[in-house]
Amino acid sequence: MKKIIATLTAILAMGFSSSFAGTLVINTDLTDPAPKAAFEWAFNKFQEENPDVTIEVNNFDHEGYKQAIRNFLTTSPPDVFNWYAGNRMLPFVRAGLVEDVSDIWSDTGWVDGNLTEGMSHAKKPMTIGGKQWGIPYTYYQWGVYYRKDIFEANGISVPTTWDEFVAACATLKAAGVTPITIGSKYLWTTAGVFDYLNLRTNGYEFHMALTKGEIPYTDPRVHAVFDKWDELVKPGYFLENHASLAWQEAIPPMINGEAAMYVMGNFSVALFKEGGLTNDNLGFFQFPEITPGIPMAEEAPTDTMHIASGAKNKTDAKRFLIFLSRADVQEEMNKTLGQLPVNSGSKVDPDPFLEAGLNMLNNAYAMAQFYDRDAPAEMASEGMKGFQEYMVNPDRRDKILERLEKVRQRVYK
Amino acid sequence: MGWFSTTPFLNVPDSTQITYKKSSWWKLNQQKLTPWIFLFPGLLLFLVYVIWPIFNSLYISLLQWDGLSPAIYVGLSNYIELLDDEYFYISLMNNLKWLILFMLAVPIGLGLAIFLNQTIFGIRLIKSLFFFPFVISQVVIGIIFSWFYNPRGVIGPFLDKLGLSNYAILADENFATYGIIFAGIYPQIAYCMILYLTGLNNLNTDQIEAGRMDGAKGFSLFKNIILPQLKPATFLAIVVTVIGSLRSFDMVAIMTQGGPYGSTNVLAYYMFETALSEYGYRMGYGSAIAAVLFTIMMFYILFFIYRMYQSEKKGL
Repeated sequence: MKKIIATLTAILAMGFSSSFAGTLVINTDLTDPAPKAAFEWAFNKFQEENPDVTIEVNNFDHEGYKQAIRNFLTTSPPDVFNWYAGNRMLPFVRAGLVEDVSDIWSDTGWVDGNLTEGMSHAKKPMTIGGKQWGIPYTYYQWGVYYRKDIFEANGISVPTTWDEFVAACATLKAAGVTPITIGSKYLWTTAGVFDYLNLRTNGYEFHMALTKGEIPYTDPRVHAVFDKWDELVKPGYFLENHASLAWQEAIPPMINGEAAMYVMGNFSVALFKEGGLTNDNLGFFQFPEITPGIPMAEEAPTDTMHIASGAKNKTDAKRFLIFLSRADVQEEMNKTLGQLPVNSGSKVDPDPFLEAGLNMLNNAYAMAQFYDRDAPAEMASEGMKGFQEYMVNPDRRDKILERLEKVRQRVYK
Repeated sequence: MGWFSTTPFLNVPDSTQITYKKSSWWKLNQQKLTPWIFLFPGLLLFLVYVIWPIFNSLYISLLQWDGLSPAIYVGLSNYIELLDDEYFYISLMNNLKWLILFMLAVPIGLGLAIFLNQTIFGIRLIKSLFFFPFVISQVVIGIIFSWFYNPRGVIGPFLDKLGLSNYAILADENFATYGIIFAGIYPQIAYCMILYLTGLNNLNTDQIEAGRMDGAKGFSLFKNIILPQLKPATFLAIVVTVIGSLRSFDMVAIMTQGGPYGSTNVLAYYMFETALSEYGYRMGYGSAIAAVLFTIMMFYILFFIYRMYQSEKKGL
């Protein structure tokens, strides 16, 4: 405690030298109710603890933010802004628009000395060129959400191997239920399926090497992933017309009982429950094993907070990032968000989905961020277009993979 | 000339000396300069917002630039890549489909205008109902049509009857573009109809009477007497329809975002996607696409200006 006070006074002393000390400008995209409430709580709490700081929030629309960030980082940088881990932050880091915050990670004197320890598992996605560029405050698991009652009615138990999974799909299809629902209009849902198939078929290291551009898309191991995918696509186990549906529009079939599973992120639970499903008929299971013996890595996209390199009040910005890394703050925020805190010192609400996710991620061999965060933007956009095209026309696999290979050679040049 | 010289009021005494002030430069050039002074604000805006961006885009198309980091000069390699890009050809083909099918708005608009050009009770109300699609924002039309096309929506029972149950046109790579064009043409028809309705109001009744006396009836009356009088309206309708089809960005952005897998892309949207969308960081490549779109428009505009020049020469 003494240490904290000492540090804070030191920071304060530094802060007064800056002409803008006291005002902390934060740009965010909190349009959804849960993140909005979580951050409002965090802002209030931070001001309570630091009465000398006034927080100024610029709130953007969630989709518009992805475009606005380029403008505001170059023209009028805020002090703090939220973004995503992995390659998603690479263009901004490369352009020198993000502040290096390695000192927060390495200096154990900042808080109670356990930041690096408590979030060490999340350090890698925050690292580019050996330095850390932000701090993570929440993440969530991906996996298979399913209708427990439909599984029971058809005598299916939770599949843990690929054969069981395919068999379950066949049983459901025969019973007139669409085995897997998906809405691929905005493409990224297809990447969730691809990531898991690749992580389970070839493992984490291969997946990372592929998204880093080190492996050609025409490699036989990539074909092996599509062989597995064929087993689901060719018999028609995915929802029809998925290319015209947004991910939310693919949820009603599952609520109506027309579909049984959805490969999705945990943020979907709120929508499932809004549609009337409860803990009794909605369940979650880990994506089943494909190649036996490959350690199970999971998909866990992480949301992060960064300091702009053009920030006027870097001192208070760092204080805010440290505040956001604290176990108690992450615990409280993630209760509202309905997601998982990154700091391992935080506790999780007793919710079956969060508990299942935490349990799965704590035992995970490694964590992937998601195809569009691990691969660079251009590759991700072409890749996901290709996945969607494949899911509609599985026969075009060779042509699609050749095209992706062409893109890979250009992007990673 | 005669009356002027003999006017009795103009009695200038011999002693009066008329002296001319030496004219200033301004006075001498006033006539020439005034139009330019009036044009100056417009020209300045035109330079800043039209001419400069055109040349700047052409310059950016020679760069490899993500919009954030320093740019690298790469010469024509963006254009060379464009030649080998199948999405580019798909976009080009779709632009062509838009251009051709959008032209249907002109005859349909004419047909509706003639149908509505009657004087019966309540025709004003009916006309205003037909104006509606033109008044609604394109965004709203795009959203409504995507709901309409949803096989679980309004269209469902009809599709079942046609034996096409569960058919989603926007998910079909071969027909999605036609689905969007159909939605885009809906307000365009209303636009053409308005143009023709005003044209029909200004018809010369004498000519029609004369035509009737000479025995013109039905289609021949329409073709030989009415249509020539509607020429200005037709010209305008074609111009706005071509422009409408070339800037077919909003419908694509709202209804499919270029999907499924790029099959409904048009050049304008593909440019946006590569340079400015969520995953687009290729300013140079996007500018190269813009340059191609610009060239196509330039051909159209030059043709248009040439035609206008020719008809003015004839007319004057």
